[in-house]
Amino acid sequence: MSREDVLVSAAWSEENLTTPGVVFVEVDEDTTAYDGGHIPGAVKIDWKNELQDPVRRDFVDREGFEKLLSAKGIANDDTVILYGGNNNWFAAYAYWYFKLYGHDTVKLLDGGRKKWELDGRPLDKEQVERPATEYKAQEQNLAIRAFRDEVVDAIGNKNLVDVRSPDEFSGKLLAPAHLPQEQAQRAGHIPSAINVPWSKAANEDGTFKSNEELAEIYGEAGFDGSRKTIAYCRIGERSSHTWFALHELLGHEDVKNYDGSWTEYGSLVGVPVELGSGKEG
Amino acid sequence: MSLDGCGAPQQGVDIQVGANEVVLTGKVRSEGAPVGGAFVRLLDASGEFTAEVVSSADGDFRFFAAPGQWTIRALHRSGNGQASVNADGPGVHPVEVAVA
Repeated sequence: MSREDVLVSAAWSEENLTTPGVVFVEVDEDTTAYDGGHIPGAVKIDWKNELQDPVRRDFVDREGFEKLLSAKGIANDDTVILYGGNNNWFAAYAYWYFKLYGHDTVKLLDGGRKKWELDGRPLDKEQVERPATEYKAQEQNLAIRAFRDEVVDAIGNKNLVDVRSPDEFSGKLLAPAHLPQEQAQRAGHIPSAINVPWSKAANEDGTFKSNEELAEIYGEAGFDGSRKTIAYCRIGERSSHTWFALHELLGHEDVKNYDGSWTEYGSLVGVPVELGSGKEG
Repeated sequence: MSLDGCGAPQQGVDIQVGANEVVLTGKVRSEGAPVGGAFVRLLDASGEFTAEVVSSADGDFRFFAAPGQWTIRALHRSGNGQASVNADGPGVHPVEVAVA
């Protein structure tokens, strides 16, 4: 798979805003950014209210995904270009969902909203209406989704890539430093995990680093290309960003995202937890 | 404010600071005027990225950190800039960042 199959530049995007069959989708947890100005013609998906099950801790199911995309006016044969704030975290999460439910052609806008805004490219507040479609989703492709038992079984034999910040990994913080820290579960990381913060894969402007740089970063951290891999973070969105780098950009074949991540693992009874930087032993 | 989410919450809103929390807060300015919509990045003592928020319309940003030496770097289409702050313990540590 080449980089062009999964990533588009801001410049390409600006030239293709009205290209038939190309749909721009902004994905955010907080959609006030979209409401305050979005890429012309882009529709929005609310990560929390539209992609999460409202009651259980899980995603919208297959039928729910079909309903959502049909209502957004996205067809099975559309090329979907996803972008968002927070360095594309939620856009990368949505990308992984689109792959999970078998969408053919989906790409990330490299750098997301940040790159677009830093470039001074146009944003508008027009209401975007697209005619409804009859979207058909596939069964979830569980080759890219890991569940908790599989993660416990992976200790010591698969690459476990913890993509949180070093302070979250070591147990010093329970959440990223832009959020309050009052949470109850245990701090630390899954034993044998390597810590490669998601941000290592991104440049300052939010674009992904080159494949050569990425290979070096993961290699230096102890990533073993001959092993299967599970990536995790706190709730699964930063690890979608790393899943994208490992699976879609570097082309590692067996890479799963553990969406339960630390908020699940760190609350499980009886599982092993490691503290500290993890490099001593 | 959402706690099960991971996105950056709205900046510039009053909050209760817990007794043990280390809060780094301030404004992004350009020639003295507040700059909203800047990407504000928190870097640790080794220069490693730790977190990022977008400054509010009044230029405000805020991080929940740990004691230590931090760099705050702001990116905006009008220019970039950075400032250092030494958080010696719990409490609110003010810092201003000028972009040009």
